[in-house]
Amino acid sequence: MTRNRTKLEPLDLVFSFLGGLVLLFLVAPLVGMVLDSSGHELVRAGMDSEVQRSIWLTLWTSMAGTLVLAIAAVPFAYLLARKEFLLKTLVTAVVNLPIVIPHSAAGIALLGFMSRDSFVGGAGEKIGIQFVGGAAGIMAAMAFVSVPFLITAARDGFAMVPERLEKAAMTLGASPARVFFTVSLPLAWRAVVSGVILMWARGLSEFGAVAIIAYHPIVTPVLIYERFGAFGLKYARPVAVIFLAICLVFFVAFRWVAAGIGTPRSAQRAGAGDIHAAR
Amino acid sequence: MLRVNRLSKRFGGFCLHDVSFTVNDGDYFVILGESGVGKTVVLELIAGLIAPDDGEIYWNSENLLSRSIQQRRMGLVYQDQALFPHLTVQRNIGYGACGDRAACAGKWVAEVGVGDLLDRYPETLSGGEAQRVALARTLASEPRCLLLDEPLAALDLHARAQLRGLLRRIHKSGRTIVHVTHDYEEAISLATRIAVMDRGTIVQIGPPEEVFHRPASGFVARFVGIRNILRGRLERTGQHTPQFNVNGFYINVVTDAAPGPGMILLRSEDVTVSRAPVQTSAQNVLPGAVMDVLRTPGGMEVLIDIGTEVAALVTPESVEHLELAPAAKVWVSFKATAVRYVGDEA
Repeated sequence: MTRNRTKLEPLDLVFSFLGGLVLLFLVAPLVGMVLDSSGHELVRAGMDSEVQRSIWLTLWTSMAGTLVLAIAAVPFAYLLARKEFLLKTLVTAVVNLPIVIPHSAAGIALLGFMSRDSFVGGAGEKIGIQFVGGAAGIMAAMAFVSVPFLITAARDGFAMVPERLEKAAMTLGASPARVFFTVSLPLAWRAVVSGVILMWARGLSEFGAVAIIAYHPIVTPVLIYERFGAFGLKYARPVAVIFLAICLVFFVAFRWVAAGIGTPRSAQRAGAGDIHAAR
Repeated sequence: MLRVNRLSKRFGGFCLHDVSFTVNDGDYFVILGESGVGKTVVLELIAGLIAPDDGEIYWNSENLLSRSIQQRRMGLVYQDQALFPHLTVQRNIGYGACGDRAACAGKWVAEVGVGDLLDRYPETLSGGEAQRVALARTLASEPRCLLLDEPLAALDLHARAQLRGLLRRIHKSGRTIVHVTHDYEEAISLATRIAVMDRGTIVQIGPPEEVFHRPASGFVARFVGIRNILRGRLERTGQHTPQFNVNGFYINVVTDAAPGPGMILLRSEDVTVSRAPVQTSAQNVLPGAVMDVLRTPGGMEVLIDIGTEVAALVTPESVEHLELAPAAKVWVSFKATAVRYVGDEA
């Protein structure tokens, strides 16, 4: 408490001012966008079935893509945190590649990889999965650009789990799989969930890669761009505001649920600690 | 029977070499050495957490080096316990329990006395409580051998005495235990056999009396440094300093321990020899007769019969000056605070 009351240095004032500028830069456009949209426009956009369809499509494809990739990415993150292997640095660099390449370039690369003439596209077609111009393609594009966030967060989370706990579990007779599911994963859980949310949030806002691999069915970021191009700012803005609001609600809800997963234990722990202290 | 043969391990600036010892069934085997001589590494090698560069480890006729950690069933208890922070005490103890998990865990809960902690989380436990839980967790997995890494090091005196009693009970129930420590008191009070380790290898193995009375090297002598170990019984009368009864003669000691059987430890350099009773602050002044005078690396060791044998370390000049020779009548004195009492808590 008292730490906050230390005297304000001139430097603190300068830094606070600079911080304020950054905040203003982030918040002002968003607030402006919301204030510029009339209630009437928002209601009309909200009732528009194309907008509704696109938001629903965006939400479920981003979530599904995240969950499917997480099944493989989380164990991979554990491997990166625990094991030393040949070319590990190179592998880590490859994992982060999607962050640095332009997303339109990512879309072009994916398109070549998943088009009907390609092996993957052809194989998908045989079992009824259509990548180009389909939901599977949207999921792939979203996951491609967002999975580094999950892997990085999960890897850091696993690295924080003391290796001794895993060793102790093994001396108690637990198999490596049991150690992973009962010790490593629960202890890295917060970081993993945080990575999942980050990956989902990044995926659902993807425009470039998705627009190239599947312009239709249309996801909301693409719809906003299309309305802006065809009808102008006035028509694009309400869709953006609605999408922003829905994403925020989900984002806050997921964060809240994720924090809640740890809460019963933390609450109990705090309670037990009080009892202990009282003794 | 655990047999370790010519074990070597090198990593970083650290080197363990040529470590050999045998732990018989039911032994309480203590590896005694200063911090950083590789005691913990020996335990990790036995448990299978690290692989040796060279050497053999056998359990009876089974080659442990060809077995996985899980198959070895060597119950390692870490110095910092390594309890799972996200599990309650109950689930920690049940984690490795085999067969009927609840029954197996329940048995050890009662045995180590953690019944009232079951719903707590490790971070709320005191050091002594956490160490008991860690012991129960390992015992519930029914290991063939218990490996303890400095189990008493981080505990306060009271918890230490309690846990020592618990370890003794566990040993009496027939367990084979390998325990590493840097504390000679711990070693004397628990071990059936002691191995002294120095610079990555074992320099002496034997029963406690042998290691302490006949140190094999200058290092062992300096490190263990306890020539006088007397068994007897602690007694208290009224408000006075407690007294330790050795075969009917009494030695004043300073301790808070409860009366009961135990032993006292006294360094030979803390024993003063004089020709006449002297007035000093020392509370223990006892008459005796010189039995023998021996030359040792640390000085002249005078063995004196005061009803039991006591060794005093003096300089050659003193031996000459006081004319210390067999049968000479002398007085020995030592401060009550120089005497360490170690009780046999059950």
